Amino acid sequence: MNQQMEFMSFDEAMQRFDPVFGIEVHVELNTATKMFCSCATSFGAPPNTLVCPVCIGLPGSMPTLNKKAVESAIRLGLALNCSIASMSRFARKNYFYPDLSKNYQISQYDEPIDYDGYVEFELDDGTEVRVDIERAHMEEDAAKLTHVGGAAGRIHGANYSLVDYNRGGVPLIEIVTKPVEGMGERTPEVARAYVAALRDIVRVLGISDARMDQGSIRADVNLSLRRRVEAGQDQGAVPFGKRTETKNVNSLRAIELAVRYECERQAALLTAGQPVVQETRHFHEDTGATTSGRSKEEAEDYRYFPEPDLLPVCPPAKWVAELRASLPELPARRRRRLQAEWGFTDLEMRDAAGVLDLIAGTVEAGASPAGARKWWTGELMRTANEQGISPEELPVTPGDVASLEQLIAQGTLTDKLARQALAGTLAGEGPPAAVVAARGLAVVGDDDALGKAVDDALAANPEVAEKIRGGKTAAIGAIVGAVMKATRGKADAAKVRALIEERLS
Amino acid sequence: MSAITREDVARLAALARIALTEGELDVMAGQLSAIVDAVAVVSSAVDEATPATSHPIRLENVYRQDLVGASLSQAEALSSAPAAQDGQFRVPQILGDEQ
Ligand SMILES: [Zn+2]
Repeated sequence: MNQQMEFMSFDEAMQRFDPVFGIEVHVELNTATKMFCSCATSFGAPPNTLVCPVCIGLPGSMPTLNKKAVESAIRLGLALNCSIASMSRFARKNYFYPDLSKNYQISQYDEPIDYDGYVEFELDDGTEVRVDIERAHMEEDAAKLTHVGGAAGRIHGANYSLVDYNRGGVPLIEIVTKPVEGMGERTPEVARAYVAALRDIVRVLGISDARMDQGSIRADVNLSLRRRVEAGQDQGAVPFGKRTETKNVNSLRAIELAVRYECERQAALLTAGQPVVQETRHFHEDTGATTSGRSKEEAEDYRYFPEPDLLPVCPPAKWVAELRASLPELPARRRRRLQAEWGFTDLEMRDAAGVLDLIAGTVEAGASPAGARKWWTGELMRTANEQGISPEELPVTPGDVASLEQLIAQGTLTDKLARQALAGTLAGEGPPAAVVAARGLAVVGDDDALGKAVDDALAANPEVAEKIRGGKTAAIGAIVGAVMKATRGKADAAKVRALIEERLS
Repeated sequence: MSAITREDVARLAALARIALTEGELDVMAGQLSAIVDAVAVVSSAVDEATPATSHPIRLENVYRQDLVGASLSQAEALSSAPAAQDGQFRVPQILGDEQ
């Protein structure tokens, strides 16, 4: 049914409906060991070699809680402006699926470690947004399943499945937002920017690899629509519609697409007088579409109860205070500080958003903020875009760019020569100074050599020299050009001009 | 004053993948009700101000340091598996979705 139905354009959907969304993000921690046992968490090991009686759920085994994982959960909670529970508890979430060896997942239910926080971040155009955090709780990851037979890798039609428990029991933190309302047509963008902000925070805290492409950050997106009210009426008074949950949306782009798709799909259903089914949906990276998964009515009964094998987690206030005091500078605050230090305008800051760390590194290596910004947001960003890679992946370091700036400041390179030197570095010819030496790019700074080149040019163009003597200063350009040609562009044009004027005055 | 109905038991049994006969449903409903009623006596001894507790003594968690310890070998891990293949547990075809 869903496949055949008509779609509504996003713009029309937004005119008729007001979207409300919530996001659950799973962050896989980078602790050395698992949540409840001392098996290593390293990746790429042969299957079922990082397992023990606890994480394959053998009878009689008992979980022991990883202190570092709890520390990471507290630090993340603090960074998300959450309250930290003085007593939180683990609970068993019961369901039958072979990715869980015990038939339950140890998670947290009504007593999570972090609660009531918020994240502030900026959209691309500088609009400030705040998303409220309901809670962040600790849990264990599930095992990796491979479905064999049937359609490749799909569940339906599979003949059997293979289970690797190496990932089972790896620590996760799940961060749950409160419903986000009132974002209108910016909803897809806000959803993406929220996850990006969360990723940046996690990265600065150093508690996870924070790689969406490798599954260390995974998002589930809840979305519902409600009727848009007439101007002047209270939109907040309209109850939320039925929501869908789109699972495992694993890139920033996918989050934006999935939200957009669900807005269009649900709007078409509601407009046609059909109900939105409360269900789990799957996002397909290739088509940008979501398809129906499990209906929520069937099995959404996990029969949570307190985990009897673990005692309440009661982080002492002193520990929490120490963790708070040692938090690194968070991205939003850092951005504000750097802008003040560098004196960038809001627009310049926005242009620099994708290369902020690189600019910071370049400034730290001795370049001026304006110079660093010019190279990274100009030449280098362009080159990276052309090659389809991120600026970090270019074979140029912030140190290289700083040394390029230095070479210009010393008068060794003109802007034009600096571009050539940079091209050499990008081509793998080594740092700028080495390229300058190897390609002989340095400005002819030697006054005698430059003076001789000027004399030669004047001698070769006597009629031009005569014009200049006669007061036609516009003709100087021709001699400058001749000198630049003779030095293959390695002369400082202003200096050449001064030398010509000196000789003909 | 049976708190647990036959329907409750049927639902719980389905969730827990336990097959119960019609007769067993009646027996279990009666027995579980008796257990719940017995435990409910505790409610009469506490008032609103008494916090819920899951353990009679206030105990706190003790942490494990994040240091790698010994794991099982793959052969040991799979030694009691009903079926294995390519170093992995082999399980029957699964209907339904991952959580
Ligand atoms: Zn283990």
